[in-house]
Amino acid sequence: MFGKPSRTSRTLQYLALAGYLIFLGFPLVWLLSTAFKPPRELVRLHPTLIPDNPTVQNFVQAFTEQELGRAALNSLQVSLASAVLTVLVAMPASYALARFRSKLGTAALGWVLLSQLFPFVLLIIPIFLVLRQVGLANTHAGLVLIYVVWALPFALWMLQGFVRNIPRELEEAASVDGATRVQVLRRVVFPLLAPGLVATALFSFISAWNEFFFALVLIKTPELATLPVALARFVGIEGTARLGPLAAGSLLATLPSLIFFAFMQRRLSSGSLAGAVKG
Amino acid sequence: MLRTRFRRLAAAAAVAVIGLGALTACGAGDDDEATSGPAKLRFLSLAWQKESLQVNKDLVAKWNAEHPDIQVEYVQGDWNSVHDQLLTSFEGGDAPDIVHYEASAIGEFSKQGYLADLSDLVSDDLKGQIDKGIWDTATVDGKVTGVPFLLESQVVIANKKLLDAAGVAVPPADGGWTWDEFQANAQKLTKPGQYGAAWALKSPTNRVLNLALNYDGKFFYGDGGRTEVKVGDAEKEIPKRIHDMLYTAKSASPEALGMSGADTLPGFFGGKYAMLPGSVSLRQQMVEQAPAGFEWVTLPPVKGLSTKQAANPQTLSISEDSKHKKQAAQFLEYFLNPTNMAALAKGDWLVPTGKQANEELVKLTAGKQGWDVAADSAADLTVAPFQQADGYPEWKTKYATPALQQYFANKITLDQLATQLVDGGKQVLR
Repeated sequence: MFGKPSRTSRTLQYLALAGYLIFLGFPLVWLLSTAFKPPRELVRLHPTLIPDNPTVQNFVQAFTEQELGRAALNSLQVSLASAVLTVLVAMPASYALARFRSKLGTAALGWVLLSQLFPFVLLIIPIFLVLRQVGLANTHAGLVLIYVVWALPFALWMLQGFVRNIPRELEEAASVDGATRVQVLRRVVFPLLAPGLVATALFSFISAWNEFFFALVLIKTPELATLPVALARFVGIEGTARLGPLAAGSLLATLPSLIFFAFMQRRLSSGSLAGAVKG
Repeated sequence: MLRTRFRRLAAAAAVAVIGLGALTACGAGDDDEATSGPAKLRFLSLAWQKESLQVNKDLVAKWNAEHPDIQVEYVQGDWNSVHDQLLTSFEGGDAPDIVHYEASAIGEFSKQGYLADLSDLVSDDLKGQIDKGIWDTATVDGKVTGVPFLLESQVVIANKKLLDAAGVAVPPADGGWTWDEFQANAQKLTKPGQYGAAWALKSPTNRVLNLALNYDGKFFYGDGGRTEVKVGDAEKEIPKRIHDMLYTAKSASPEALGMSGADTLPGFFGGKYAMLPGSVSLRQQMVEQAPAGFEWVTLPPVKGLSTKQAANPQTLSISEDSKHKKQAAQFLEYFLNPTNMAALAKGDWLVPTGKQANEELVKLTAGKQGWDVAADSAADLTVAPFQQADGYPEWKTKYATPALQQYFANKITLDQLATQLVDGGKQVLR
């Protein structure tokens, strides 16, 4: 149907792709460069990409002044717990919403969407009061609870889309072959839903990892602070920032997301359904 | 295969649930303050510069070592989000005992009853160290809502080599240029590829209103309990002079208009701009970031009818809900004694409000790196009418900043600017 692309068009495609990759990757490269620059190289009229006198002093400062290591560990705990719990709650709920359509289910989905419209600042004080009442203010558990609740609406929308993409015929065929309902879910639905679950986990992890405002307001004890809150302390009055330590800290903050994504991205491929149902 | 995956998921779930339980244990119980034992105070500090941070932490550690019965927990906040953080803390009934912020912002919290009146809590000695005009900036409806301790003033940082090359002499610390002299010297320092000055006016309102006091420009006028914005000749003087430098004399760089103070540094260090009108705290970047061999000098505030500027000091307040107000006040007395206040000011490159602290700091630094100029500039800092106006933050954000940005971008005339500022005042002021 389509002819073989000419060498010129292929070259142009590669060039466009390379340009796009540079566009995407440049901020990260610049962050890397800034993180290793001494103070005097940060404010040059003609900045260089490669530092003339690279230094790890920014990393030392970032870690010694703000205890970024502990903050990163806190963020990791909170984000992993949020990701796992979000998936655990969203999985059965999204299956029910996708497979058992009813007016109540539709209304629930509508409400879920509507709940995303409330601004943070409107909710934060009631949330804080409720968490304090139940003894979860100033705890990571309270923060995880908020992150799970916050991520759930989007997770539900996303996952129920994945569930709908799994042909009902596969479940029916398994039932005809004698599988029980639980077996159908375990052996047919769950494996096919894996890419969706991975995507949902990624989404929850990254949104918890980057979240700032709830962590700022709900956590009072310095030892429990998360990474975005610790990083904000390198920014001063009217946006003036201590660029070196901030870049060093930010670079470290991007790594877990990248590593997590690198490990999970293979699971995102949804080719497992190919040929499952023959027309 | 499927069974293995299911087991893995179940294991992950179990880990998450156990982890959550463990996490709960991590922070639980923090709200329950013991009724016996030392008084525990939470101190939310906004120190962020390396040296300042160290001084704050050291002072708190020293206090804790010397006062086992009053223990202070140092909590670092950040300037960008402190307002929301405090608002939610006050509303939620879980505010820090001691709060670091700035005079123009704490009035709102005071009016809502969140801050203790310090009139009877701090000693006469501390009161006497600070000028009445500075105390006025932190006094709301007769209530002293915070102890002002660090001041920021507008000075001019200049490239010494470029001044020498143009034959421009550095004025003494106590005798700065008039605006006419400043503009004339900026003209002398302007040549191809080099501007006499760079006005960083990304957020122009505070700066213009501060400097307007040079010509007695008040902007906010009270009239029988009602406040209104007026823009007469006095208010127009500073915007007009800056505009003239940008578009008539062309002695100020138009590209710096969208920048904040620190953004102009690469151009300054690169010799593109000879002078940077800016805060005294810019000196820190000079020390840390100027290239080797770069000579810089701090020039005193520019003079109109006076060198008056608005004082918006950083403050330390005590929460009304604090169970240990007296102990908190004791800590403030210690934290802000002249020696400690001088150390805090040095760490932030700002001017201490205390007279003795200011003298100690000049002695300590031998007046070098602009400390003599900084110390002198404190004398002309005073409370400005806009700092007392309830609707100022809204007027600033919605009307003044956009209008000033348009004017400095040469998009509207001075009269149009005045009209927009006055009309904005009618919308938000009561």
